[in-house]
Amino acid sequence: MPQNALPNGPGVGYKPQHFPDLTTDPDPVQWLEIHAENYMGDGGRPLAQLRHLAERFPMSVHGVGLSIGGEGPLDPNHLARLKTLCDWLQPASFSEHLAWSTHDSAFLNDLLPLPYTTETLRRVAEHIDEVQTTLGRHMLLENPSSYLAFAESTWSEPDFLAELAQRTGCGLLLDVNNVFVSATNLAIDAHMYIDTFPIDKVEEFHLGGHDEDEDDHGAPLLIDSHGREVADPVWSLLEYTLARSGARPLLIEWDTDVPDWATLAAEAARAETALARHRQGVAA
Amino acid sequence: MSVRQDSFRAAVLDPLAAVPEGLKDGQGRPAGRRFSVYRNNVVAGLITAIETSFPATAKLLGPEEFLSVASLYVRKFPPDTPMMMYYGASFPAFLQQQMRLDHLPQVADLARLEQTRREAYHASDAAPADPGELAGLAPEALANMRFDLAPALRLLRSDWPVHAIWAFHMTDDAPPPGQEAQNVLITRPAFDPEMAVIDTPTCAFLSALQSGATLAEAESAADAPFDLTAALGLLLQGQAIHQIIPGDIL
Amino acid sequence: MSNLVKTAAIASAVTAALAAHTTTAAQAAEKEKCYGISLAGENDCAAGAGTTCAGTSTVDYQGNAWTLVDKGTCTEIDLPGDRTGSLEPLDRDLPQA
Repeated sequence: MPQNALPNGPGVGYKPQHFPDLTTDPDPVQWLEIHAENYMGDGGRPLAQLRHLAERFPMSVHGVGLSIGGEGPLDPNHLARLKTLCDWLQPASFSEHLAWSTHDSAFLNDLLPLPYTTETLRRVAEHIDEVQTTLGRHMLLENPSSYLAFAESTWSEPDFLAELAQRTGCGLLLDVNNVFVSATNLAIDAHMYIDTFPIDKVEEFHLGGHDEDEDDHGAPLLIDSHGREVADPVWSLLEYTLARSGARPLLIEWDTDVPDWATLAAEAARAETALARHRQGVAA
Repeated sequence: MSVRQDSFRAAVLDPLAAVPEGLKDGQGRPAGRRFSVYRNNVVAGLITAIETSFPATAKLLGPEEFLSVASLYVRKFPPDTPMMMYYGASFPAFLQQQMRLDHLPQVADLARLEQTRREAYHASDAAPADPGELAGLAPEALANMRFDLAPALRLLRSDWPVHAIWAFHMTDDAPPPGQEAQNVLITRPAFDPEMAVIDTPTCAFLSALQSGATLAEAESAADAPFDLTAALGLLLQGQAIHQIIPGDIL
Repeated sequence: MSNLVKTAAIASAVTAALAAHTTTAAQAAEKEKCYGISLAGENDCAAGAGTTCAGTSTVDYQGNAWTLVDKGTCTEIDLPGDRTGSLEPLDRDLPQA
C-alpha cells in the first residue's frame, strides 16, 4: 500500500484565496490538505488549482462527507468519486472522520456523533475495510469534537479508536483541538485522554481554533469553529502530546473567517517551532 | 436507550422536536442546549451554503425574507449529495412555488441564472477548436458543418430582465434594471462564467447548434432575422466551440 | 431566401466572425498569463458553497423556526429557555454569514 509521505512539518488547509501566496512564498508551510468533496466537480478552476498545487506540495485528501459512521451502507457513488480523486491526485495521505453525516440519502453537512458501542465498532470497522479495499490505500481516521455523550456508550473514545486501528490496520489522525474541546465539554481529563490514546498509530495532527459558549447549566461549551487562532491551552496540550509522540505532520485548520496569508503562516510557524523541539528530541 | 440516526436527523431538522433521549452532558444530565449545537451547525451551515451559491437572489429578497425562505428550503430539502457545490439545484423551483413570494415573480429566474452560472463554473474542461479550421472551407461545407460546443455553455431564457437584475445586485455602478425580457448566453472562456444578453432568435439558433443542428439548420431554427456574425463571435470569444465537424458538400 | 443565397450569407458571416476574432485571441493569451491572479480573488464570484468540517461559531437557538409553522399559531408555541416563538426572525439568532 502507498506510504504516508507527508513531511513531519506544518501544513495548512488549502483555501483558494491563498493561491497566489502559496505559489510565490509558502514558507513555512510544507504541505496542503484539501477537503475531498470540494474537488469532485467535472472541471474548471478548482481542479486547475489542484493540478497546479499538487506539482509543488505533498497533498493530503481529507474527506468530510463519507459518513463512515452511518447506520446504512457507504454510498458506493461517493466512494467511487473518492477513488477517482485519489487515483488522479495520488495524495500522500487520505483521511476521514469518526462521525456520520448522511442518513437515508439526506446529507446534513456536519460531523454528527456516534455512540461508542460494540455494534458501532463492528459497523465502522467494516466501513473502514471497505474504504481501504476500494481505494487500495491505507486511511487515517480522525477523532471528532463532541458536544454531548451517549448514555449507551460502553467504550472510551481512545479505546474505541485504538480498537478500530487494531482491527482494520488504519492509522489515526489526532485533532488536538478536538481533544481539548471534547474534554472540556464532557468534563474529562484531556491529559488522560492523550495518555490513553494509541499514540504509535498517529500519523497526522490537526490543530484549529474554537469558540466559547455555555450550556443550560452555565458550564463551558466549546465549539469547534475553525474560525480563529489556536487557543493557548491547546498549544500546551500539543506540547504534552508531542512529548509522547515526537514530531508528526501537523495541520493548521482555519475554515471560517479565513485570515490573510500572513496570519495563517504565523500559525504554521508556531507549529513548526513546536515540532522542531521534538524533532531534535527524537533524533538525539 | 439507543439513539438511532433517523431520530437524530429528524430532531436536528425540526427545532420544535424534543431532543432525543439518551443524549447526555458529562454529568449524565439531559443534553439540552448541547443538542442545539448540531441543529445550528446543520441548519445555519446549509443556509450559508445557499446564500453563498445564490448571492444575488439573497440580496433581492433581503436578509429577513431570504433567511425565512432558505430555512424552509434546507429543512424540507437537505442535500442529497455530499458535494455542497451542487446543493440548491432545486432552489429556483422552490422559490417559484412560494406564494408568499408572488410579489417578486422575477426571483425564480434570477436564482436560475445563478444556478446556471454554477453549472458552467464546474462543467468539464474542453479545449477550444482552432478557429483557423474554418478558414478556407467551401461555403457549402460551412453551411453543413456542426459544432461540438463546450460543456460549460448554457442558455437561459427568461421573461424578465434577468441579467440586468443580476448585475444591479452584484456589480458596482450597474443601472437599475429596465422592463425588457432578457435571454442569457453563458460561456466559460477561462475559469469564470461570462454572460451575454442575446435576443430570442439568437437564443434559438444557439440552442439548435447545441442540439447538433448544422449551421444552416440552426439558422433556419431562429425563425426571425438575427446577427449571425455576432452570434458566431460570441461562441469564438467564449472559447465555446470545442470541435468543428465539417459538413459534406452536397 | 434561396439555399444558395443562404449558404453565401452563412459563409460571409463565418468569415466576418473570424476576422473579428483574431484581435480578441491576443487578449485571451494575455489572460492566460494571469493564471495565478485570475485564479484568486474572483473565486468567490461563482464557486458557490464548499464543504468544511468546521462548526458554526455559536450555539444559537434557531429563532427562524417560526417559518415552519403557520403564522397564526406561532406566538403560542413555547420554546426552551423562556423564549416564545416570534413572528420576526430574531436577529441574534441569524447564522454567521
